[in-house]
Amino acid sequence: MQDVTIHITDRYGEKHTILAPTDMAMNLMEVIRSYELAPEGTIGICGGMAMCASCQCYVNSAHKLNTMEDEEEAMLSEAFNVKDNSRLSCQIPISDILNGLEIELAPES
Amino acid sequence: MITTDILIIGAGPTGLFTVFEAGLLKLKCHLIDALPQPGGQCSELYPKKPIYDIPGFPEILAGDLTANLLEQGKQFQPGFTLGERAETIETLEDGSFIVTTNKGTQHHAPIIAIAGGLGSFEPRKPQLENITIYEDNGLAYFIKDPEVYRDKKVVIAGGGDSALDWSIFLADVASEVTLVHRRNEFRGALDSVERVQELKLLNKINIITPAEITGLHGEHKIEGVAVTKDGDTQIIEADAFIPLFGLSPKLGPIGDWGLEIEKNAIKVDTVDYQTNIPGIYAIGDVNTYEGKLKLILCGFHEATLMCQSAYKRLNPGKKFVLKYTTVSGINGFDGTRKESPKAVVKAIV
Repeated sequence: MQDVTIHITDRYGEKHTILAPTDMAMNLMEVIRSYELAPEGTIGICGGMAMCASCQCYVNSAHKLNTMEDEEEAMLSEAFNVKDNSRLSCQIPISDILNGLEIELAPES
Repeated sequence: MITTDILIIGAGPTGLFTVFEAGLLKLKCHLIDALPQPGGQCSELYPKKPIYDIPGFPEILAGDLTANLLEQGKQFQPGFTLGERAETIETLEDGSFIVTTNKGTQHHAPIIAIAGGLGSFEPRKPQLENITIYEDNGLAYFIKDPEVYRDKKVVIAGGGDSALDWSIFLADVASEVTLVHRRNEFRGALDSVERVQELKLLNKINIITPAEITGLHGEHKIEGVAVTKDGDTQIIEADAFIPLFGLSPKLGPIGDWGLEIEKNAIKVDTVDYQTNIPGIYAIGDVNTYEGKLKLILCGFHEATLMCQSAYKRLNPGKKFVLKYTTVSGINGFDGTRKESPKAVVKAIV
């Protein structure tokens, strides 16, 4: 499969259904930025190194995602507005298993 | 007052390379950085991460790149004001500027190069109602003088190294230390985690997990902190509240300097990366223009063009052409050093 469908609710509550390529080594944060679903400078500030929490999102579907590495876990234990279903979208690689994923962007903090 | 030709705000890779390019044009540089060491993000966030897109370096660690840039610029003897944040700017009648830091250090220069990257690293503030009322009235994001907390009741929030280290330190200073963290697990150096555990057993630190600070109480100063655990909220009597949630970059006071801002970055003219204020340039990750890419190598290019423009601005009547370092070495500009050594050419008969 080349593209997967992802449902993203932006910070204003607006829902977007987008197609994300699986063959471009992208992560979810980069896809959100490429569709400009959050203003530049408010998401992916550290560039995708799990060193800020600006790309935090809530995973609302039951997809089984890649497990968290220490760096992501550490950042989420310090970040604000964290819920049980919080992830850093920069740490989620786009792959076939994401098809139909539903996420919501966490508030800017 | 520190005086220089180009005052560079931000000592990351772009700022450091500006020193070299300015040096070739005999312009002196001074750098201000909020962090205590040069290198910006490269030394603060990821010194041990490899970078693969620096031309000529198939792979270089961010920390090594910083060291190399410092070495390359050293010959031009830049000055540094480190651990201070550029706070205010004043334009003098002759068009030059005075930049003052948060510690009051003043810098005078005809050219300002803002190479501030993501901004200065500021403490992350929890979203609590009326939090600003309590800032400096019992609430502190940094511990400057631990003696302030002697015999006081202190609540610390956070789960990283600084929360652990300060809890340990203040356990011997304060009358009561409460550490609140959202998770049961703490992420810090093993020694620190174990020490906190010991102090807890000795009743010298009170730990509340998994819990969150949900409110601040007191008239004009901290008198209590609301802590919510499992849906129940209790108010802990406190003289001081210290949230330690790490640092995040903010454009900070530069955002109030009258510069045109777009997408949290400073808009520049791509001819020479000058801002809307003549004499103030913005280079590297801090600027934006059509097609902008936040790459170190683009910062180097911007710094180079910016220095040429700054030279023309400072020497309006002077004619000059670009000199190659292969021809003139690094001191060739203005004819102060002759050509670089050549191989002996012999006539071949």
